[in-house]
Amino acid sequence: MSYYIIKRLLGIIPLLLGITIISFVIIHLAPGKPTQLEMSMNPKVSYEARLRLEKLYGLDQPLYLQYTNWLKRFARLDFGPSLTDNRPVLDKILERIPVTLTINISSMLLIFLVAIPLGIRSALNPEGAFDKITTFFVFLFFAAPTFWLALLLMNLFCITLGWLPVSGLTSLDFEYFGPVRKAVDLAWHLTLPVFVSSIGSLAGISRYMRSSMIEALKQPFIYTARAKGLPRNTVIYKHALRNAILPIATILGLSIPALLGGSVIFESIFAIPGIGRLFYEAVMTRDFNLIMAEVVLGAILTMLGNLIADISYAYIDPRIRYRNEK
Amino acid sequence: MKNNKLLTIGIIIISAFALIALFAGLISPYDPSFIDQDNLLMKPSAKHWMGTDNLGRDILSRIIYGARISLSIGLIAVGIATLIGVLLGSIAGYYGGIIDGLIMRLVDIMLCFPTFFLILAVVAILEPSIYNIMIIIGLTGWMGTARLIRAEILSLKEREFIQASRATGASSGRIILTHLVPNAIGPVVINAILGVAGAILLESSLSFLGLGVQPPTPSWGNILIESKSTLGVAWWITVFPGLAILITILGFNFIGEGIKKRIG
Repeated sequence: MSYYIIKRLLGIIPLLLGITIISFVIIHLAPGKPTQLEMSMNPKVSYEARLRLEKLYGLDQPLYLQYTNWLKRFARLDFGPSLTDNRPVLDKILERIPVTLTINISSMLLIFLVAIPLGIRSALNPEGAFDKITTFFVFLFFAAPTFWLALLLMNLFCITLGWLPVSGLTSLDFEYFGPVRKAVDLAWHLTLPVFVSSIGSLAGISRYMRSSMIEALKQPFIYTARAKGLPRNTVIYKHALRNAILPIATILGLSIPALLGGSVIFESIFAIPGIGRLFYEAVMTRDFNLIMAEVVLGAILTMLGNLIADISYAYIDPRIRYRNEK
Repeated sequence: MKNNKLLTIGIIIISAFALIALFAGLISPYDPSFIDQDNLLMKPSAKHWMGTDNLGRDILSRIIYGARISLSIGLIAVGIATLIGVLLGSIAGYYGGIIDGLIMRLVDIMLCFPTFFLILAVVAILEPSIYNIMIIIGLTGWMGTARLIRAEILSLKEREFIQASRATGASSGRIILTHLVPNAIGPVVINAILGVAGAILLESSLSFLGLGVQPPTPSWGNILIESKSTLGVAWWITVFPGLAILITILGFNFIGEGIKKRIG
């Protein structure tokens, strides 16, 4: 097991290098140099001052030196100041993380609580009435754009019915609430965003669960368990489910990029101050330092998610462990 | 028989939208960018079947012209992605060794980036335009195809007919292009069809955020930009363009799943 973990950890190094190289290339896609952006705002900057600025950014150095310098700063998690308010980019990102994390973890819980039972129920009687109905809705929700669903639900629940708040994270008088009321207020504001952000993945994961469960129910050991007279529920929930649920566990790691991408959309629709909305604002104001920091951190997060998924998969399933140790 | 039904429905939907896109000029009742000050935010009526937006533009006409933009972005983006994926995947699968290692590491690295972040970052740098969006969606969407075709070729290249062709002195390029790729193309086609749905969804999200197709050119995503400010006032601006996206994506998914079940 430890051999496998070490092997996987070493595998991270080329990935990390690749991520930084691609990010570096993207920055240099920008036509002209970053300093020109500031020049155009300020016509008074002289040629000498421009040279000084270029030196500060290291733009007068050869490309490989620029890259290694950038890598050094990056290793210290120094992504530079935000171009809009000069605050360190890292601080801006860190203060936004709890909100996004809360929403993503809640939607993950919702997805697994709903998708797994749905998938199991469909798999027990494939092509049956229940399966047909869920298949229909899965197709529908899979095809509906998230932002459009958000708009429709907002129209229904927030404007027509007035049950839920239209946007934001807290009510205006949030500061004066007691702790319980604060929690209720937050939950009230998060209901729609969590529902919207989970609905697409919910459809997808219930499909995975269904096919994984159908596959597991076909295995020879299921026949054996049935043949020796075990109760139906024991066979389904103990023997089949344990095997079927393993691949689903790894999806958790794989769904990080989609969740991050989705957060850009629904956080800007619902005006929620998370990292998705921060990224959107950075793109709108062309705040390159902030954009690059989020792209690189997002990629590293995804990579770590995959790593943890793989390791926990190997930890739960001895077959994978042994195959990898040979 | 049931799967054929899925496939048939899908083909009917997509052909209908393709025809609408091709003959947009003939079908569309109004000029999609004609601003009619006297008919702002009109409800759907006999005159304007899907109503008008806050500038008095006819929604139906904008959706019809939007079909052109949205469908062509979906098709071309996936064309680019499939081309890159088939090229890199078949080279990796055929040559193996270091080349395979390098290409597959590149795939792993690209898969680490949250696609939407990557696309938005590039759009921020290059400025959004229809062509940039096609290229960027294409450049960030080839990895699945590369993995698929590599796996197919790995199993194909040991088969007798490939060895026979090598024995007759065929060059590597010829073996890859005329023997391996055509035999491995099935899953790639399915992947591409499902990919078009994904690309249309991406384009509409980008345009909705104002970072895709730029107004006044109508795309299904950017018609929806106005729907947020008219929420509760003009439901038709929200409902119809979204339905167009939903039905098109359903169509592509039906075709993809239909073919998948028929082959598999």
